[in-house]
Amino acid sequence: MLHIVNKSPLERNSLESCLRVAQSGAILLIEDGVLAATRGNAAAATLTEAASRLKIYALAPDLEARGMQDRVLEGVTTVDYGGFVDLVAEHKNCQSWL
Amino acid sequence: MKFAIMINEGPYQHQATDSAYLFCKAALDKGHEIRRVFFYHDGVNNASSLTEPPQDDRNIVARWSKLAEEHKLDLVVCVAAALRRGIQEENLAPGFRISGLGQLVEAGIEADRLVTFGD
Amino acid sequence: MSEGVVKKFMFVNRKSPYGTVYALESLEVVLISAAFDQDVSLVFMDDGVYQLKKGQQTKGIENKNFSPTYRALDGYDIEKLYVEQESLDARGLTEDDLLVDVTVLSKADMGKLMDDMDVVLSF
Repeated sequence: MLHIVNKSPLERNSLESCLRVAQSGAILLIEDGVLAATRGNAAAATLTEAASRLKIYALAPDLEARGMQDRVLEGVTTVDYGGFVDLVAEHKNCQSWL
Repeated sequence: MKFAIMINEGPYQHQATDSAYLFCKAALDKGHEIRRVFFYHDGVNNASSLTEPPQDDRNIVARWSKLAEEHKLDLVVCVAAALRRGIQEENLAPGFRISGLGQLVEAGIEADRLVTFGD
Repeated sequence: MSEGVVKKFMFVNRKSPYGTVYALESLEVVLISAAFDQDVSLVFMDDGVYQLKKGQQTKGIENKNFSPTYRALDGYDIEKLYVEQESLDARGLTEDDLLVDVTVLSKADMGKLMDDMDVVLSF
């Protein structure tokens, strides 16, 4: 399953809840969700730990819009909207953690 | 591949509709089909023809209308959510239509993937 | 066109009722989905578990109390209601506090259930 998270981990529990139940597949961070994938963020350690069982992606245009494109965590793959479409197509199902 | 999209937030308040629009454009560019875009909750406000953004801002409503015209998209606004929020046939932007929630379930059945954009 | 197709639909509820409209409008989709003869599951996790709390009295906030509708779901053949154990624990709730019969799942089993779905709608 592709899990789509669009919330900052410091504002809402969407990422935390997603990581708690997600078994396998991938997480795509979009909108404010991309902030979790940046160095020094309090959620970075949890995300890095999750990378052992889940592939982590972040939407590049959302990182750029927030001026955080130079701080992407190691192990996180950035994609554009085309990559977003590919990820949805590649996975059997998807869920947005609103 | 056939995609269905659900948008749950209104324009200018939340990025959801921008993300959904850019997703749809990218999917169409790749040759995929957008089976239906369903507007629910405050998302129905994306269909208001009364929207007038400042000139230097993107026109979210007109952008959806244009995409619908270019690609024959089916933009469906939930009737119950719309009536609650003052969206009616009289102020419906071009390319949108008002219909029931069954259209969302049907889109979920008919599309290969349903992607939700919301808060 | 969609006749005969049965997909696994899941409605994920993660928000408390009344604070926002999501719980109510999610329930409206769930009721409509019953007419399509799909395999429907409802999930309540995080603050969504509060949607099922017994004893909701909404007179004071002048809102319609829609919680009795959850009890009517089996009349629509919607019988798969799942609640995540960890979400109950984190809110000091137990199954006895809920107004309908549910299946309580661990976080891992919840994740597996989600993986198995065709269409996941979250509110």
